[in-house]
Amino acid sequence: MQTLMNRALDLAQSAGAQYADIRVVENCTESTHVKNGVVESLNFSDSIGFGIRVLVNGAWGFASSRELTAEEIDRVSKQALEIALASALVSGEKVDLGPPVSSQGTYATPVTIDPFTISVEDRLGVLLVADAEMARVKGVRVRQGNLVLIREKKWFANTESAFTEQTIIETGGGIVVTAVGDSEVQTRSYPNSFGRQQVTGGWEMMLQWDLPGNAERIANEAVELLTADSCPADTTTTVILAGDQLALQVHESCGHPIELDRVFGSEAAYAGTSFLTQEKLGNFRYGSELVNITADSVSPYGLGTFGWDDEGVEAQSAPIVREGNFVGYLMSRETASRLGKVSNGCMRASSWNRIPLIRMTNVSLEPGEWELQDLIADTEEGIYMATNRSWSIDDKRYNFQFGTEIGWEIKNGTLGRMLRNCTYTGITPEFWYGCDAVCNKKHWNMWGTPNCGKGQPSQIAHTGHGAAPARFRNVRVGVYKQE
Amino acid sequence: MLGQKESKKICEDVLLRAKNDAAEVILSFEDQSLTRFANNYIHQNVAQRNVTLMVRLLLGKKMGLATTNRLGGHGLDILVERARANAKISPEDPDYPGLPEFAQYVAVDAFDQATAGYSPQQRAKAVGTACRLTGEKKLNGSGLFSTGTNEIVVANTLGLFGYHSSTNGDFQIVVTAEDASGREQGSGWRVSDIPTESLTRAALQKAEDGTNPRQIDPGEYGVVLTPYATEDLLTMLNYYGMGAQAVLEGRSWMNDRMGEKVMSELVTIRDDGLEPEGVPMPFDFEGVPKQRVEVVKRGVVHGPVYDRITAQKMGKTTTGHALPPTMRSLGPIATNLFMSPGKTSTEAMIRSTERGLYISRFWYTRLVHPRDCVITGMTRDGVFFIENGELAYPVKDLRFTQSYVEALAKVETVGEETRLLTSEFGGQATRAPALKISEFSFTGLTA
Repeated sequence: MQTLMNRALDLAQSAGAQYADIRVVENCTESTHVKNGVVESLNFSDSIGFGIRVLVNGAWGFASSRELTAEEIDRVSKQALEIALASALVSGEKVDLGPPVSSQGTYATPVTIDPFTISVEDRLGVLLVADAEMARVKGVRVRQGNLVLIREKKWFANTESAFTEQTIIETGGGIVVTAVGDSEVQTRSYPNSFGRQQVTGGWEMMLQWDLPGNAERIANEAVELLTADSCPADTTTTVILAGDQLALQVHESCGHPIELDRVFGSEAAYAGTSFLTQEKLGNFRYGSELVNITADSVSPYGLGTFGWDDEGVEAQSAPIVREGNFVGYLMSRETASRLGKVSNGCMRASSWNRIPLIRMTNVSLEPGEWELQDLIADTEEGIYMATNRSWSIDDKRYNFQFGTEIGWEIKNGTLGRMLRNCTYTGITPEFWYGCDAVCNKKHWNMWGTPNCGKGQPSQIAHTGHGAAPARFRNVRVGVYKQE
Repeated sequence: MLGQKESKKICEDVLLRAKNDAAEVILSFEDQSLTRFANNYIHQNVAQRNVTLMVRLLLGKKMGLATTNRLGGHGLDILVERARANAKISPEDPDYPGLPEFAQYVAVDAFDQATAGYSPQQRAKAVGTACRLTGEKKLNGSGLFSTGTNEIVVANTLGLFGYHSSTNGDFQIVVTAEDASGREQGSGWRVSDIPTESLTRAALQKAEDGTNPRQIDPGEYGVVLTPYATEDLLTMLNYYGMGAQAVLEGRSWMNDRMGEKVMSELVTIRDDGLEPEGVPMPFDFEGVPKQRVEVVKRGVVHGPVYDRITAQKMGKTTTGHALPPTMRSLGPIATNLFMSPGKTSTEAMIRSTERGLYISRFWYTRLVHPRDCVITGMTRDGVFFIENGELAYPVKDLRFTQSYVEALAKVETVGEETRLLTSEFGGQATRAPALKISEFSFTGLTA
């Protein structure tokens, strides 16, 4: 492997590249989807390929292929060089990567139970038992179960003598149930939205999630939601967000605007830019003093946890918001050097055929002091909202609107009637200023977002977000008016 | 490219390994290049080449899947054995109707040699012109220019064999001023159909016209939508209800509306896989020939598109809209969608509007509630207040929360020109006109 990789680097250097790197990625994904008791998809997928990135005359070129042969390495290296020369025809400032990166070593996701050692029968069994539990509830229309196991081996080398080898293992699973009534459709998911919760880790997490043990509960909730009262229409109130919803709130309203490539305009035509412009770094109040947000690639179970990023920069932890103040970006080598800083290791590519982009690692809200029970008891009036159903945010990450699968009214410190079709909307810093309580570590969980889109051609990243329930004051809810 | 002969040989090699078992193979080849620019220069420039093989192997009604891009060595042996192993473990699937039989296809023209051979230098030249034009105006140009070649092959052990090759091109540009932006996009399977320079000039003009936007109150406004905004309406209605699976599961906007007139009689929507004015493909991912489907005709809901599984369950005939088996839970969707044009120019739509908003584009649209296809999202890249038949002044972006079904019920006029656009998700093609809608619900402001 290393011989082939060095061949690409040598070829690039001898052709005049100031810098080159190569990634070889071998991915094995086993996925299972069960719907209404039928195993609709039992798939084994594997792929391998390499991507070569070169810097020539201060401009980038990248080419990739699935064929890992010396001949193809030569062809693709030359193609990357040709592309870089074309880039140089319409170039900006010469790229400066800052200090060299010469990381060496191996990394593997720590797992207690290797998920690939679990027989397919046993994996299917979990989903089929959960399906049977959901089927016991009258009024349920669609029952779904998902399992995803990923083992990705990645080799990285660059012309600065870095060589790393990593094996990342992800385990994902979840159940979703849909109930249909007169002109009403309601869905409940467990443990997370959109089909599954996902972590870097092993089968031990599947056991912990206990899909069968939660199946009947969410099925009952979906049916109950059909006739639940609607979220109050267009009013301002206090909202407590459950950890699963707050994780996506952090992802969208903090994780994306701190991507430094967005700040520099690299994503202006597609994903957008950021309201957290350069002059705000160290000089902007992002939220209340209870808001502490950290980006790290070292937390157990985080989907952003690894040994090195796709530029060979070592995994680390970086403060983003401290006591409400905005103090840090997610950076690459190139963007960090423009700020006179060094990369904090956030360059990630979704596969061998994509270039690394600045992506979230594990962007998490640090836990606070509250017990959830005490927090609810301390809330005179409001809504407790859980599990994301809908999310939308503007191209600067300023105006957002979320919907949740379920909500409960809070009255005089107790959870009351169930509410359906809950939505809330706000402006990012105003919303985070309104945060006046965060629950403690006991309620904090590392949530996985395995569907983060960015870049052209499109890349889907897997990101982690630690969050515990938190309370927000003066939130506009019920944007979606209902009969 | 692999070509028909080579790809047929690969598929036969796979199917031979199935021995006496029923099997289906989908081969997908892609050779794609994309030049991306921002701040008036090329900052990302990439290429990829890949071949993917997906096998569905059947042991009676038990089904297993396997996918790989390893064609050499024992790659094909391992692929088929993994599909077989998965089939052995799977319970019987009562819903799967079995493999489709041999079919003949209408040849559709979707391959252009000039597009297939388009070089990084050619893309850089067009991007260079765009960046020069924006730079001359002291504005900021960002976007992409992509070109590529695809081959898709479906074959099975009943003798079915479908081969389709196509090319694609896409140019997108966003021109940004200090407080405004304008965007244009051109897509097609012939790169020569994409007028990159005039698109750039149009985006430039919109950015210049959009400076000093005013803030207006959210509320109900009449709107004139460009084809970009209309495309979002059609794409969302497609994803959330034009497929039979959504109807079957009771989550489609078509549920309880079949045969009813729920949209303006000016609204006619069809899917036609063979129509070269879109991005045609003669068969679906099971190898079933694509049929033309009237989804909405003069405002009346006619029905969804079907694959073989949903057709069998619902007592219908497949319309050739199956997705690959790994995406089965989504069910069938339309892939070459057309909204019929009207007879009105966009200028005439604006002239006939006393008070309303001209919307260039929607952004980050997401489903809020399925049965009425209620969507929330933002405006982006140019909103203008229309007053007394003229674009009076630019306004700041707004959030909307609106049923797309109700929006199409309130269509007053349909544009005479259509624009072909490919979706960011999965490459579905939509040819959409401008629309004038009497009422649209804006629910929030942004900075």
